Amino acid sequence: MAKLKAAWFDFTCCEGCQIEMTNFGEPFLQLLEHVEPVEFREAMSEKTTEPIDVAFIEGSFSREADRARLEEIRKRAKIVVAYGACATSGGINALRNHMDKNNVKECVYGKDASMPHLETNPKVQPISAAIKVDYEIRGCPISKDEFIRVVTQLLHGTKKVYVPSFPVCVECKMKETVCLYELGLHCMGQLARAGCGAPCPADGIPCEACRGMVDEPNQEALEKVLMERGGLPEKWAKAKSRMFTANFRRDA
Amino acid sequence: MATQNAKINVHHVTRVEGHGNIVVNVSNGAIETLEWRVPEAPRFFEAMVRGRHYSEVARITSRICGICAIGHTLASVKATEAAMGIKISKQTEILRRILKHGENFDSHVVHVYFLVAPDLLGAPSVFPLAATHTEVVKCALRMKRLGHEWGCIIGGRSTHPTKAVPGGFSNMPDNAINPREASEALKRLKDKILAMLPDAVATFKLLVELAPKVPVFERPTEYVGLVDNVEYGLYDGKIGCLMPDGTRQIVEVADYRTVTNEYVSPLSTAKYTKHKMASYMAGALARINLNYNMLHPEAKKIAEGFGFKAPCFNPYMNSVAQFIEAVHSAYMTVGYIDELLKTGIQDEPLAKPTKYGKGAGSTDVPRGILFHEYEYDKEGFCVSGNCIIPTNQNHANIQKDMEKLVPELIAANKTEKEMELALEMLVRAYDPCISCSTHYLDVKFKK
Repeated sequence: MAKLKAAWFDFTCCEGCQIEMTNFGEPFLQLLEHVEPVEFREAMSEKTTEPIDVAFIEGSFSREADRARLEEIRKRAKIVVAYGACATSGGINALRNHMDKNNVKECVYGKDASMPHLETNPKVQPISAAIKVDYEIRGCPISKDEFIRVVTQLLHGTKKVYVPSFPVCVECKMKETVCLYELGLHCMGQLARAGCGAPCPADGIPCEACRGMVDEPNQEALEKVLMERGGLPEKWAKAKSRMFTANFRRDA
Repeated sequence: MATQNAKINVHHVTRVEGHGNIVVNVSNGAIETLEWRVPEAPRFFEAMVRGRHYSEVARITSRICGICAIGHTLASVKATEAAMGIKISKQTEILRRILKHGENFDSHVVHVYFLVAPDLLGAPSVFPLAATHTEVVKCALRMKRLGHEWGCIIGGRSTHPTKAVPGGFSNMPDNAINPREASEALKRLKDKILAMLPDAVATFKLLVELAPKVPVFERPTEYVGLVDNVEYGLYDGKIGCLMPDGTRQIVEVADYRTVTNEYVSPLSTAKYTKHKMASYMAGALARINLNYNMLHPEAKKIAEGFGFKAPCFNPYMNSVAQFIEAVHSAYMTVGYIDELLKTGIQDEPLAKPTKYGKGAGSTDVPRGILFHEYEYDKEGFCVSGNCIIPTNQNHANIQKDMEKLVPELIAANKTEKEMELALEMLVRAYDPCISCSTHYLDVKFKK
């Protein structure tokens, strides 16, 4: 089997998902038996203008200036994989989508807010808002095992990658994690899309749906549960799902 | 004979976190342009935390950086604890110190082996080294894996840790179901660290051989980093400011703005900071210059092996300082685990808020001193936030280094290619983390 010529690109993000890949340790070298990195700015100086088999894109589409670079990547790449919450849903960057753009700029940059470099789209969007994306790996950060699963499927030419459509609650039950509501805490697992293996509730913190929501989520029910069982005041219950899922909300 | 003409335009410097450009124009031996530019997309974290509950804020600001996520989380929870009068236990403090050392080790391994070593070995990246220096790359990957597990056992995850929250830890180490198992998990971590030390020593020998390839360049500047009574400043302490002549000033973390003094430079894309001199340096070299005497004796031996002497004014030596710190972090963690095992781990509840208001917190992350500050209303929702990251504090110093370095390179008749490499290596030495872009600004450039 020929090695996949792969390139990594990053846009508006923390670059934590690419760091996840170095966390395999020595088995990372096995990945290099199947994948040939041809461009990866954070890790290598080599660059290429040749066509590439697969482009892994991290980060959100947050400013119009990035569109041309994204289109160029799309032209060069046979397959585009958006990986990480920022690239697949806008992620944490979309937490400001309900705020007024100028207010956001002024809050951080004060009197310098009108400088041209700080121009930004009013809403932060996933990469798919700018170019066609073939595969998605969700999560903040990604699960490195899922990354390997997707790469394996790409190597075998699989057309569709399995992504669970059930909620995180299912994975907590399978893991025998005590429900956070039973501990007097709150959680978004009821309508958060699974696939991560539910590590956060097991660590004692609420699921904040970094992989997005299930299809057709019942947001009113979520807010009701957050208030009635989680004890959250109304304004918090209504704002809870902005953290990683602003672009999945009714008001997106 | 000096270099007459050179045109360097490095667009998006490679092997650094985030996007930065170097632009140099030398014409008839005179420098026309010499700029370190930062075109990273702004992310507006301080605006985004407004209205969020205090229990969520660290999980938001952790996302500023995927590499120093632990340090951002800890600076954030410390600021929140200062604002809300939350008093943590001794056990929480020690576990956080272990977590902080884990990040320091982890990040320094990535930088020294994956990002800097290729320059010293004449390779464009670590990938060709996997074939030519297989054992070293395997060692480095094993150490990286250890750093990751270190963060996971204590913090739940190394990238965006879950368990370090205001008031303590949401779960015991390794999510143990009882204190005895938590102690065993810590003991396993200690054994893993001790088992890694031969790997570290093996690569230390290689690094000592490579050390003469570190460029010789000096520019005394002010060094700013945490200074702690308990240990080498990383997790906690006050702000230490060291002048080249050895004079020190200690500033309370709450008064951090009197040190950072952010300002806009007409020559820069980013907000600069300045204290007593035209610029200051943060990061491993600043810390080691401030805290050399607090290094673990085994780390001091490593420093002596490199012939390292503090204060050191060569910014390229930052990578050497990082390696010394990695060894320090390993030994300190072993000591802290022994301390915790003496009494055993307790299953402690989270400490609760006693007030609301404004508070600042600081940790010294791998790339330098970091400040978070928040204000909360009486229901615990965030009113305002401010984060000043180390790379912002280093931009002015990088620019000043370049202003001294380029004339020296011209005088030494260096080729354009050699100048470009020297400048890229300088930027890389700072290990900049540019995507932590909370405060970037753009200014039109004169062309």
